[in-house]
Formats: sequence, C-alpha cells, structure tokens
Amino acid sequence: MRYYGRKLAFYAVALWAAVTLNFFIPRLLPGNPVDILMAKLQQRGGSIDPSVRRTYELLLGSNSRESLWSQYVAYLGNTVHGNLGTSVSAFPAKVSDVIAQSLPWTIVLVGIATVISFVLGIVLGIVVGWRRGSWLDSLVPATTVLAAVPYFWLALILVALLSSTLHLFPIMGGYDVYFTPGLNWEFLRSAGYYGVLPALTIVVSSVGGWLLGMRNMMVSTTSEDYILTAEAKGLRPRRIMMRYAARNAVLPSVAGFAISLGFVVSGAIVTEQVFSYPGIGSKLLQAVQNNDYALMQGIFLVITVAVLGANLLVDLLYGIIDPRTRADS
Amino acid sequence: MTNLSPTTESIAEPPLQSGPGAGAAARRHPHVSGWRAMLPRWSPKLGFGLGLVTVIALFGVIGPIFVGDPSAINNIGLTPPGNGHLVGTTQTGQDVFAQLTHATRGSLKIGLLVGVMATALSAFFGIIGGYVGGVVDEAFSLFSNVMLVIPGLPLVIVISAFVPAAQRGSSMIAVILAITGWAASSRVLRAQTLSLRNRDYVAAARVAGEKPWRVVTVEILPNLLPVLASQFVFAVIFAILAEAGLSFLGLGASNSSTLGTMLYYAQNGFALQRGAWWWFVPPGAIIALFGCGLSLINFSIDEIINPKLRTEPRKRAARRGVAS
Amino acid sequence: MTTTSPVSRPISDSRRRAAASVLTVEHLDVVYQVEPPVHAVKDVSLVLGRGEILGLAGESGCGKTTLAYAINRLHRPPAEVTHGSVTFHDREGPDLDLLALQKEDLRRFRWAKLSMVFQGAMNALNPVTSVRAQLDDVLTTHVPAMSRSARRARCTEVFELVGVDPGRLDSYPHELSGGMRQRVMIAMALLLNPQVMIMDEPTTALDVVVQRGILREILRLRQELGFSVIFITHDLPLLLELSDRIAIMLDGEIVEIASADEIYLRPQHPYTRKLLDAFPSLTGERGAFIRSGASSSRDQQPDVDSDPDGMDPR
Repeated sequence: MRYYGRKLAFYAVALWAAVTLNFFIPRLLPGNPVDILMAKLQQRGGSIDPSVRRTYELLLGSNSRESLWSQYVAYLGNTVHGNLGTSVSAFPAKVSDVIAQSLPWTIVLVGIATVISFVLGIVLGIVVGWRRGSWLDSLVPATTVLAAVPYFWLALILVALLSSTLHLFPIMGGYDVYFTPGLNWEFLRSAGYYGVLPALTIVVSSVGGWLLGMRNMMVSTTSEDYILTAEAKGLRPRRIMMRYAARNAVLPSVAGFAISLGFVVSGAIVTEQVFSYPGIGSKLLQAVQNNDYALMQGIFLVITVAVLGANLLVDLLYGIIDPRTRADS
Repeated sequence: MTNLSPTTESIAEPPLQSGPGAGAAARRHPHVSGWRAMLPRWSPKLGFGLGLVTVIALFGVIGPIFVGDPSAINNIGLTPPGNGHLVGTTQTGQDVFAQLTHATRGSLKIGLLVGVMATALSAFFGIIGGYVGGVVDEAFSLFSNVMLVIPGLPLVIVISAFVPAAQRGSSMIAVILAITGWAASSRVLRAQTLSLRNRDYVAAARVAGEKPWRVVTVEILPNLLPVLASQFVFAVIFAILAEAGLSFLGLGASNSSTLGTMLYYAQNGFALQRGAWWWFVPPGAIIALFGCGLSLINFSIDEIINPKLRTEPRKRAARRGVAS
Repeated sequence: MTTTSPVSRPISDSRRRAAASVLTVEHLDVVYQVEPPVHAVKDVSLVLGRGEILGLAGESGCGKTTLAYAINRLHRPPAEVTHGSVTFHDREGPDLDLLALQKEDLRRFRWAKLSMVFQGAMNALNPVTSVRAQLDDVLTTHVPAMSRSARRARCTEVFELVGVDPGRLDSYPHELSGGMRQRVMIAMALLLNPQVMIMDEPTTALDVVVQRGILREILRLRQELGFSVIFITHDLPLLLELSDRIAIMLDGEIVEIASADEIYLRPQHPYTRKLLDAFPSLTGERGAFIRSGASSSRDQQPDVDSDPDGMDPR
C-alpha cells in the first residue's frame, strides 16, 4: 500500500508545482501583461470591471504593493473555484467555458489515437521481438525513420496526398459545419470522418517508438531464466510468448506510457494546428497569437492537470500488474 | 509526437560478460580492455547512420560557404528545381538550396547547444543524485519526476509567449528547450548510476578511501559513457524536432534561420497547396534523415549497453531442428 | 502420465537395458559455434540407472550445465550438438531418441518424463505471476482433462511432499525465501511424476542448514517415488554423501565415473584427487591444508605414471 500512498503524494506535489509555476512564470518575465490585457479588453468593448482586473492581476502579477504571498493565496483560491478569468480572444466568454467546450475534442481524438498506436506498437513489438532473426527484424530500422520525422511535416504531406490530391479525406476542421454539434448521428459520424486523418497521422508517427521499446524488452526478456524454465516445462510457445515473456516485457512500456502522455499532449497541439481541429491545442495557439494570457495560463493548467491525472491512473495500473512494486521495500 | 523516449532503463552488466564459455575473458578487470570494448561494433547499420550524420553535418557546416545569399529576393517567384536553382525557389524567388544550407547550420547549432546543456543538467541531477543517495537523491529525483510529468510543449509555449519577440533568439530557444527537456535522461542516468554504485570495483574503491569525486570520475563515469552518449544523441534529436515544431507554431527563433523556420515560411507561403513540394519537403527530409542517422548510431550504442541485443558472430548457421 | 507417440528407432540392446537404465548418452559432442569455436562437451558417454542418483561434479565452465541442457535440447544457438546420441528408455513405451524428436513430441516429452530443477531459483520463476499459476501451467498444458479441483489438489499434494505450506500457493516468487523457492522448484518438477530429474546446482545459493533439509527431501522423495536424478554441482563432498555414482568432468570430458565409495577411497584420475584434496578435512593437523598446502594422507606418493614431472596436469 505504500506504493499507492507514495504515488498519490507525488502527484499532489507535482500538481502544486504546476500551479505555482503557472503563478510565477508571468511574474518572472519582463513586461506588464495586465495592462496589455486590459487595453485589449477595452478594444473589444469590454468594461474595466475591477473584479476582472483583480483576477488578471492575481494571474499575471501587478505593480501594486501587495505581498507576493497574499497574491499567491488569493490566486490559489481563485483557481480552486475555477475562476480562471475572462478570455480576451474569445470575449466575452470566460476562460473556463472556452476550455470546457474545446477539451472533449482533444481528449477524444488524441486519446483514441494514442491508445491505438500503443496497442498496435506493443503487439507488433511482441511479434517482432519473439521471432528474433527473421525478416521482421529489418522492419526495425525503418520505424526509426518514421519516429525521427517531424510530425507536422509528415502530417502535411499526408494531407497533401490524401486530401488535396486524392480527395479521400477532408483537409481541415473537426466536423462538417453543416451539422449542428450534439449527440446526433450525423454530427457524430461527420466528426468521426474528419477525425480519421489526424488520428492516422498520430498513429503512424508514434507506432515506431512503442514497437522498438517493446521489441528490445522482448529480446532482453527471452534470455531470462524463467523463460528457460518455461521451455523446459514443455509449455506451448504461444503461451510462453504471452504469459512469460510479454507479460514481463510490457512493464517498462506501461511505465513509459505514463511519461509519454506529456508528449502526446504536445503532439495534440501541433496536430490541431495542422488540421485546424477545434481542440484545446488550437485554442492555446490562438491565445498566444492574441496575447490572451489568461486563456493561455488556464489552458496550461488544465492540460497539466489532465496529464497528471492520466499519469496517476497509469501508475496505479502499473502497481496492479507488477506485484513486486507492492512489496514494502 | 515522437516516441523516441530515452526511458529504457536497461540496467546492464559490464560489456565484457557476454558470450558462452568466455570465462577467462569475463574475469578480466573492466579497465584493462574496457575502452576498446566500449566502442560500438561495426555493422551496416552503424555505417549507414554515421554516413548520414556526417553528410548532413558537413552540408550544414561548410555548405553555407559555397552557396549564394539565401535571402536574395528575385522576381522569378516560385519555381521548381532547375535553371540554376538546384532545389527551386521560394515564393519570393529566394534560392531554396542556399536556404537549406543555412537552415541546416542553424538547426545543428541549436541541436548541439541543447544536447550539451540538457545532458549536463541530466548528468548533474541523475549521476550525483544516484551516487550520493539519501535526502539529496530523494530531492533530485522528486524534482526530475515533477519536471518530467509536467507536459513539455505547453510549458515551452507559455514561456516563449511571455518572452517578448525581440529577445527570442536561437540561444534563448536553446536554453528553454534544455531546461524543459533534461528530465527523462536524468532518470536513466540515475538508474545506471545506482546499479554501478553497487558493483564490486566501486565498493572496493570506496573502502580504499578514494574521495567521492574521484570515485565518480574514475570508476563510474567511464562506465556511464555509453549511456551518456546515447542520451546526448536523444537530446539532439529531441532538440531539432522540438525546435521545428516550435517554429512551425510561430514561436521559434526570431532572428535565425533553421529548418523549422523554413517550414514555417513554407507553410505560410502555402507551399503545398501550390504544389511547391521542393520548398516544403527538403527541410523535413533533412530533419528525418538526420534523426534517422542518429537513431541508427544509438542502436549501436544500445548494443554496448545491453549486450543481450547483440547477435553473436556465427561460424556457420546453426543446424535447424537441433535447437528446440 | 502422458504417452508420447512412438517416434524413433530402437537401439539394439535397449530391451536388455530397459529395466535397469533410464537414460543413455553416447559420444555426445556440443560445440559453441563462435569465433573461435568452443568445444564445450567432448565425447561424453554415460548411462543413468533407474532410480539412481548420479552426481556430475566439476569446476565452473567445465561443461556440466551445457551437457544437462543438451540432453533436454534446451541449449540455444550458438550451441550445437555436433555428434552423438541421447536415448531415453521410457518405462511406459519405446525408447526415444531425444535429439531426433519433433518439436511437438519434444514439448510433450518435457517435464512429463524428464523435468529440471534450475540453479538459483531467484530468476527461474516468473516474477509477475503467482506460484500456483506456474504450477497450473504445467497441468493445463500436459493434462488438459484435469479439472480445476483436481489441479488444486495436485498442487497441494506436491507442496506437502516438499514440505512447503500449501497456503503459500498464492504468493509471488519474491515473497518467498530462497530455500522455499528452491522447494517450490522441486515441487513443480514433481508434478507429472517424471522418471528423471536433472538438478543444476539447486542448493548452491543456499546456506548449509537449508541445503541439508533440501537434500534430505530429495533422498526421501527418490525413495518414495523412484525417479532418477542427475545432480550437478561443484561441491564434491556433497555428492559423496548424496549420490550413488559420481562422474567427474574436466574441460568437457568425463575423466572418471565410479560409485561414490570408489571415488572417495580409490580415486584414479589425478584431477579427481585434486578435487578431493581441495576441500579441507575435518581431521588431521590444524592448518595442515591451508598453510602448507599438503595433500591428504591418501596421496602420499605421487602417481608417477600419469605425472612424471611431478606437476599437475591442470
């Protein structure tokens, strides 16, 4: 049980670190963001509501005499209540609303694509690693080329090929704007159709990494003593491959999956830029281009919380599949 | 989107203990033949990788000396390869080939800078933490785990966004990438240091009273060299790809030309939509080939770190049906 | 328990030997095909009697483990059997040429007729599944007809045979002590009532008290169940206590093979004598062995014929 306790404590610390980082970054860097923001707000026709200004100051820092500590405490209070400020680029929407509306798109697209590439990579890695020395081994260097390719470059080329030239898939967007969003069949089907190409590009560029890692672990594991025991026991090769080799070899990949979630999110940002996909990544970029600092910080916070949460889940899962971690060390 | 994660924490035995019946060889002291055994073994993969890396590096380092001015504007507009322009021109008539050489140099510079800084950071937190142990180790690992788990690109975006465009040079970008990207390597280095620390020869050195810094530099570091090299290569790949991504998003280095900025301009100039593949494809291809070459080199280094990945040199193919 | 399909050519005098011996190895050669090739097992011939404990002694690297693996065809590339034959005289059927068995027959033969107990049970058990699951594996593969409760009963039975509390069946390997893990390995090897058990240094990593307990179990089980044992170790005095016959291996060859008594009282080969002398005696002058390197009283005059220069052949 100590394992679970430690993990929870760690993620609590990481969360605190992220929130605090969010607080300090704007204050450490030069410039006075609040004034910029307020000016922009006025341009859009917003009123200079003192409470709005106050929220901004807590987020971004101000020249007032107020002590850093009390600013920090108030900022924490705001954050916990979900008061992340008002967006400038999507005025008059509140930051939390903007996020809530775009988050599901990212989660669905990226979540599904990542799971697919993980499963596919692991399965292929098991097969390639088990039959060492066959022609499959020559696949391995090929996948490294794919992994070294800049994702967006590959994506754009695929778009040029499949969308512009062959007209197989739509070039951009999350769904056909003809349909109204909601839980209706046409919309969902359209969303799925528009999601195929982005998901495909994500899978193609990340499968290689999983395959390679799993294959290396399989190669390592097949020389372990318990595999020899399993062979001596007269077990069927398929059973040895799955229950003895793969079951042990997959552990580092599961651990690595948690870490890669951070990269997945990064990739989501680029994907959404390439495909103009209405997810949280494109909102972030929009915020940057418009100096919408409040939205930027809010998105960063939400992304971090999501990644930490997912990491925690995977770590807990790891504790279940590897009984050695549960032993009190 | 790359999954070139340097997180394989394969804790390996010293490279001399591979091979059956190699009893005498395995008992040799690690230092005597250690150096030669640490060099990668020659193989077609390694040759190909080294070749790619060398060609591209030369292209970037001495290429710019021989080509014309990359920012010279012409009236000819977007033209395909030919007519004195090896790889065609951009929409403002600039020679793509000349741009490629300068851009490669810029990317290599960032890659190298980040590689060195990130590896130094990860070595500091990983090796020292792993060796010293105790509270220092707990603190260092907590710090690196937290840095690892906070998503990188959003953090880089936020930091870059707060830095005014004027100050966002390539060195600044390199620094930002280095401080957000060292964490994964430090975990690997820490794991290796932990395993090395318990080896007999290290314990012998400590009992003999060697000072800690001497133990680290003389006993531990030489055995960590393959891992350090591998992590350095990963850092370079990561840096070049991350910089490309950043530039593509418009947040890249504002004053220098890199492969990433080339792609940015190509995308903004609607290169693909206008069918100008010669502008868009080469920069990405160079990145891919360079990354591929580095990965192949890393494969060979991997085989040193983890001898089980090696294929033994065979005298003749083993008879089928005898081995089960 | 399972019958393997009749597969191979009978050896001429196997009928005569069938009742008396269970395994015949003839002129076996095993070579590691690397640069340069390593001849790990050179022209080894031996016969294992039914119900006999044959000790295989020698220093590290002499080829005893390679020999054991080759008998069961567990050796992996680059190791290769280049010459010789291994014949198993099945109590319940015809003789089996082990080197010629097809993959599926080999798989069914393994563990059912000949099982192994490996060295250092530390890594020989799958770390992520329970011990029960690893025992069940054997049963579900070789005796698919067995019901769940029958399997449960059998697992409990073998645990009791080796003296481990059946309540530990659901533990993971890392939760058991070294001695317990070794007993679990032995229990697992007994599951299908094999005719031969090959034990590769099963007690090397354990302390002497635990070792004694395990050796006693092995003797008792052999008494009860009648299987043969090939016991591989570098510890010659242990074999003197345990085995019926002992084979001494040196550099891939068997240099001497005789009953335990003969080896102890009248060792023929100089290397055998050297091995015996390498273990300090409980009797004699204190310090006689270590400080002066004196050999035992058995070896007062050097054997001139085999050692004309007075130097050891090693």
